[in-house]
Order: sequence, then structure tokens, then C-alpha cells
Amino acid sequence: MILHTVNKSPFSHSLLEACLAIMGAKHSLLLLEDGVYGTLKTSPMAAALAERGRAGAIYALEADLRARGLTDTALLSCVKPIDYAGFVRLATEHSKVQSWF
Amino acid sequence: MIFSLAVYGAPYSSQASDSAYRFAAAALAGGHSIYRLFFYADGVHNATRLAAPPQDELDLPQRWRTLIQAHKIDSVVCIAAALRRGIINREEAERYERDADNLAPGFEISGLGQLVDAAVHSDRLVTFGD
Repeated sequence: MILHTVNKSPFSHSLLEACLAIMGAKHSLLLLEDGVYGTLKTSPMAAALAERGRAGAIYALEADLRARGLTDTALLSCVKPIDYAGFVRLATEHSKVQSWF
Repeated sequence: MIFSLAVYGAPYSSQASDSAYRFAAAALAGGHSIYRLFFYADGVHNATRLAAPPQDELDLPQRWRTLIQAHKIDSVVCIAAALRRGIINREEAERYERDADNLAPGFEISGLGQLVDAAVHSDRLVTFGD
């Protein structure tokens, strides 16, 4: 079980696409920093993320969402906002943390 | 659980330093321990003791120093990354005949092997990329 973190926006980088392409079935995804733009329904990766989200929750750092003014109504429903304590908990629940940057 | 963190971003250039700090603080608050902080590439700039940001802004290098000293966290800056960016301790300043040093207390300059050692001796290594 790997926790993948992506910190770049899918509007400017192909990092999220590359990550989703190799993510295993039981892997989890955390979007942070500009990566949280990937949670938007209008993001270029929205369809792929929603598809992936059917298998399990996709997480986004709440502080980074708020800092960018991203509100619940604009976000994909499969995205679960978490705080830093939640990030730490996810890291403990997965055997590795793979950072994409 | 034992964590180590690798920090690749300079303060104020990317969010990496801030994210790593918040993760470290949350891990310690959650009862976990940190085996080592490893500052690599532009992340070495977090270890300067000479940064003087405006008083109403976050002082990221100071925050790291406070956390490192309060929890006695082993904190390493990569020597190859540091020296070429002018992050230098007294010993290296003498070796390279520089007229000043700027490495903050609590940090030490060492090699990339310390990152491998951190990966081996920690349950989780979390990288905060630029």
C-alpha cells in the first residue's frame, strides 16, 4: 500500500496524470499545495480522478484548499479534505509515501 | 512511529519547506518521533541563520531552528548542495578560505549517505519536493 502525494496543479503539469497511470488498485492519493487544483470538477484530470475515486477516497489537504479559495461546491465528491494530522495518519497507514513533484 | 523528512525546497521559493514543517509539527504532536530532517538541493537554504524576513511574515528558518532545538532533532544539510549554494559552517569556511559562515545552530553538514541512513532507520521517509 503506497500513499502517493502530488503537489503540482494538473492545469500546468502532467504529474497527476502520470501518477494516476501507475497507481496500484490499493494505493491512495493525497493532493497538496498546488496539487489541490486537481480536486476541481473543471480540472483536466477530473474524469480520471472521479473514476479512480470509485475505488476509494482521494484526499486533499484542507489548509491548501482554503488557501486557494477552493470551496466544497466546486470540488469532486470523491475528494476527502484532511488536515496535517490526517496526513500523518495516512503516512502511518501506508507502507511507503511516494512524493510526486 | 519513526519518521524522517527530506526537504527539497528553499523557504519562500516553493511551499515545500512550509508543508514539511507543518507535517513535522503534526507528527510530533501525534506522539511520533523524527529520526532525521534531511535538507537537500535548494532545501539547504532553510539552514541559514542570516535570513531576515519582514517581521510580519513567517520566519521559516527560525521556525525550523525552534522545532529542531525543542525536540533535539538530528538535522542534516547535504554538503554538496550546501557548499555550492553558500551554506557553510565554520569548519568548511576555513577549509575553503571563506570570510564568514552561516549555518544555523542545530544543523550539521554531512553527506547524502545520511539520507540513506535515515531511510533505513525510519519507518517512513516522507519527501517534500520543490
